[in-house]
Amino acid sequence: MSFGGDDPARAKILGRVRDALSKSGAARDEAGARAAAEAYVAAHAYGPRPRMPGDRVARFMQRATDMESTVAHLADRREIPASVARYLDALELAPALAAQRSRQGVCWPELADLDWAGAGLAIEPRPTTGDDKLGITGAFCAIAETGTLVVLSGASTPTATMLLPDTHVAVVSAARIVAGMEEAFALVRDERDGLPRAVNLVSGPSRTGDIEQTIVLGAHGPYRVHILVVDH
Amino acid sequence: MQIASMHFKERAHDNMGNAQLQGNLQKIKGKFVAKRRQSLVELDDVEATREAARAIRQRALDNLDVWLEMFERNATARGATVLWAETPADVNRHVLAIAARHGVGKIIKSKSMVSEESALDRAIEAAGLDVVETDLGEYILQINDYEPPSHIIGPALHKSKEEVSDLFARVHGTARKVEINELCLEARQMLRKHYLSADMGISGGNFFVAETGSVVLVTNEGNATLTTTLPDVHVAISGIEKIVPTLEDVATLMRMLPRSATGQSISNYVDLLTGIRGEGEFHGARHMYFILVDAGRSAVLGSEVSEALRCIRCGACMNHCPVYQSIGGHSYGWVYPGPIGSILTPSYIGLENALDLPQASTLCNQCGVVCPVKIPLPDLLRKLREQQFARRLRPWSERAGLRLWSWLAARPRLFGASTRIGVRMLRWLGGRDSLIHRLPLGRGWTDGRDMPAPAGRTFRELYAARRADGGQR
Repeated sequence: MSFGGDDPARAKILGRVRDALSKSGAARDEAGARAAAEAYVAAHAYGPRPRMPGDRVARFMQRATDMESTVAHLADRREIPASVARYLDALELAPALAAQRSRQGVCWPELADLDWAGAGLAIEPRPTTGDDKLGITGAFCAIAETGTLVVLSGASTPTATMLLPDTHVAVVSAARIVAGMEEAFALVRDERDGLPRAVNLVSGPSRTGDIEQTIVLGAHGPYRVHILVVDH
Repeated sequence: MQIASMHFKERAHDNMGNAQLQGNLQKIKGKFVAKRRQSLVELDDVEATREAARAIRQRALDNLDVWLEMFERNATARGATVLWAETPADVNRHVLAIAARHGVGKIIKSKSMVSEESALDRAIEAAGLDVVETDLGEYILQINDYEPPSHIIGPALHKSKEEVSDLFARVHGTARKVEINELCLEARQMLRKHYLSADMGISGGNFFVAETGSVVLVTNEGNATLTTTLPDVHVAISGIEKIVPTLEDVATLMRMLPRSATGQSISNYVDLLTGIRGEGEFHGARHMYFILVDAGRSAVLGSEVSEALRCIRCGACMNHCPVYQSIGGHSYGWVYPGPIGSILTPSYIGLENALDLPQASTLCNQCGVVCPVKIPLPDLLRKLREQQFARRLRPWSERAGLRLWSWLAARPRLFGASTRIGVRMLRWLGGRDSLIHRLPLGRGWTDGRDMPAPAGRTFRELYAARRADGGQR
């Protein structure tokens, strides 16, 4: 085998694909097909969309709840630490999971300025090592149609913060709630120079139904996702 | 994976008589069906969305070479390496070469059906490396000595929680758990340490996006997200047919895929992965490989059943199939069960190696009605049956019978006369209670039940009589 360069398997597979495609039509215009493909991509045409009546923020909060996230709406981002503390206090946990009420965790750097200690939380602005109980992240934007968080990877947005801790708290700005996946992708195109390594779309906690189709939350990632929609 | 598709009849027969399996199948029956129906209502125009999904997949296939080249160009520009595999064995060779190149000792794996085609896990173990399946269903099967999957999206759904309890207690050496959430917690704890210590992650690919050179991974467990976030090397393996042109196409397909599969509006984790770890990033693969697998797909592309390549692996066809629901996925004897498997398996491994699969359907078209990309499954099964007949792959008695029938059917008067005699004979056989207890030449049909006898006149006789009556009623 070869890594790059002239791969004989590549030529053979593409050759067989071309043979198969020219079988169906008469003379196939490959240059025309390439141009048509480029034009199709450039158009970025949307498919049929479900209607989205009503307030987009309310819609997002409803759909996120449907996907078993919990949601709170805050006027000011300075309220975040106290709100997280209240959320942890109110958690109803089975005895086996009682340790998950822990007030220890990590956050993304963009949230480091908040007064976590003032709310009785021990939150460090660093990537998780895997032992942290609480992972607090922002979100690039959110999708109203499905109650989905859109998280982009980057130097200041470590992905594992939303994956390894038992509880994921995500802060999303109300102004960044878009209608559908199409608008989220358009926003990435507008604001970023190409796609980041990872665009993770997260809709509620990690779950499995692999044993008798019985849904269990916390399959591998967080047991719970709590979303704070913040106005300012 | 060992191919056992030649033994369909024996396996189906055994599974019909397996009380444990029948009980397990009964327990899950209909859940996916009901949830699918409820979730589709959220789309204001289901048929338009379904038609758009069909068109997207067909557009990709119609110029597959162009989209593959575009994908390769864009993936490479982002620092990924694109490899091509002509056969399942090539997939394994590529993976082992990548592992050797990066000094990999432990591999974690999220679900990949293509890797089942090549029995990749066993090849990795044979090379002396560790591999751990992370999808809970796949993990259960792996620790049960690589039991084959029975369903595309719920590979271990044929197992009861009691069977999983016994398995975990035996393999993990832990106290036997009873509740499903306890079992899931135990698996989570076992798998967590592997996530944190693996050198390489292998994933499948729900879609390869041509415009961006990305792979899209869809899971509920988040196991694909972890598998592609933590290790230094990521290898995404999928068939060449899994290309979609744009991100907007992904958005449309994602309105159909989770709804058709589990009846969810969206899957919990949808990951769009492009290229290698960015500057200053703490996670993500430093080395990214795509393996584009042919393994029979290019041959299907030029065949009568090419529409099967539109498949997005949702499993709706098997969830709705009365045959699958009765015999379970293992009867089909290879990677892909159910109606789509009955088309893909003979197409990939040879019609002569899966003689019964095109017949393993009543052609009731439940599968065709629910397919999110409008694959006409019964039509394709019928085409495979025609090919079997033409290639003399059916038993001589069946071929002789069909030949006789077609000779007769082309001669209306003779056909009429013989059906008149046949119907009267059957009526005579039915006796007083109008039930045939033992059908000559058709013992298999009446071994387990009686066949109602026909009323005594053929359709054409009745039709003629009514016309003579003045065409009333």
